[in-house]
Amino acid sequence: MLKFLKRKAADSPPASLGVETGILVFENTSEVIRAENTLKAGGWNIRVKGPPPEIRTGCDLVIEFPLIEELAVLRALEKVGLRPLQTVPVTSPLLQPVDLFHVKDFGRFLMVRAANMKLTIDKQTSFLVNVSGGGCPDIPYLAQEMVGRKLEDAPQPREIGHTLCGYALQLAYEEIKRRCLPS
Amino acid sequence: MLAVVGTIPDPDFPLATGEVTLKGGHIYVEGRPAPVNRGTPALMAAAIKCLDVLGLPMPYGYLAGDIGLGDGSRRLYEHLVEHLPQSDFQVITFHYLQPDVDWHNKVLFAIGKIRKRPKLIADAGFMYAAKMSGLAEEYDLFTPDAGELAFLADEEAPHPFYTRGFILHEDQNIPELIRRAYAHRNAARRLLVKGRIDYVAGPQGMIATIDTPSEEALEPIGGTGDTLTGILSALIYGGFEVERAALLAARANRIAGWLASPTPMTQVAEIIARIPQAVTQVLEKS
Repeated sequence: MLKFLKRKAADSPPASLGVETGILVFENTSEVIRAENTLKAGGWNIRVKGPPPEIRTGCDLVIEFPLIEELAVLRALEKVGLRPLQTVPVTSPLLQPVDLFHVKDFGRFLMVRAANMKLTIDKQTSFLVNVSGGGCPDIPYLAQEMVGRKLEDAPQPREIGHTLCGYALQLAYEEIKRRCLPS
Repeated sequence: MLAVVGTIPDPDFPLATGEVTLKGGHIYVEGRPAPVNRGTPALMAAAIKCLDVLGLPMPYGYLAGDIGLGDGSRRLYEHLVEHLPQSDFQVITFHYLQPDVDWHNKVLFAIGKIRKRPKLIADAGFMYAAKMSGLAEEYDLFTPDAGELAFLADEEAPHPFYTRGFILHEDQNIPELIRRAYAHRNAARRLLVKGRIDYVAGPQGMIATIDTPSEEALEPIGGTGDTLTGILSALIYGGFEVERAALLAARANRIAGWLASPTPMTQVAEIIARIPQAVTQVLEKS
């Protein structure tokens, strides 16, 4: 049964293309990131979005998923110890996360900005040299853990971050990785 | 007294309140050290350097450990709601806190009970919550960078992560973003927009710009916005009008950066060390 549902999920159209969708609401952004990883690895067509106004607290993400697959999705999450606070049908358009990058080349150094977060790398040594911007409390923590490490050795923001600023830094990190590490 | 509220990137740092001191590369509250590399400790260190020049008492700190789970921020919010009504601070600066609109509103309500309303400055996460609450005009000053200004200008975005593309595209057009932020009542009474050019603005539009000395390498350096807010907070506590303080702080922060001969890998502690010289220079010329 599960296999059938998973196959169906992988074949299903993108969540925001006319299919009735729902959102999974979690306690914090780090749980959202874990759920995103779990569901994407399982082949579900899900998207990370901003919550509707009635359930916003200020620093949140939700996961949009095809509502018809709710049971299988919840079961997959439960297997990794994740239990959403709520599952809500989507009745109005959800906010889209930022997908614009600004790149600034300083010669030896490259800076990438995603939303309010900037990450800078020394291109010669591949050491991450600075994290700038952001306002959520995991940013000083992420800077502390990432700066002074090589890109390939540094922890990813999605592994140790917990907030939307952390998520934005992950996007900057991925863009730097795409530009600086051989694929 | 100047109060600074923020978090420390250490999950084991308890709720600590009291006078903040600076020794070597650490600030201390209740005898507990925190390195001044970035975030609220960098803001506090910059404020202390400036207060030293002005001959004023050290700031009062409200700190808690938080690495993004919001637990330390909630402890701080709870403490502030209980204790702020009895306080007599002249200036309160809010910094790295988990944005939470409900708690923000409770804190603002508690501030309303203080006998003489302090000047209120919001930066970082608390500024996000202040904007989202719809009560931005209660604040004397916000200190956004260009990306955060775009967020203030987007009446629908609850966090900079959701700023709509057509507004983000405008982030080189600072005057338009300022106009839009005020049109939607999502800005404090004054804005200090930090960037390649710093802008001081109010509801009527641009008041001043500061663009010298110019060091391109300052943009990637984490903590340069924190030092700016620290200097600014100290100057406002020192009696300067908000607009004047914003102008002087922007100049001093630029000079401190320039004195450090920065590269994109410079750490903010090197800039903090130059603040006394920079502030002295700016005050002599003012």
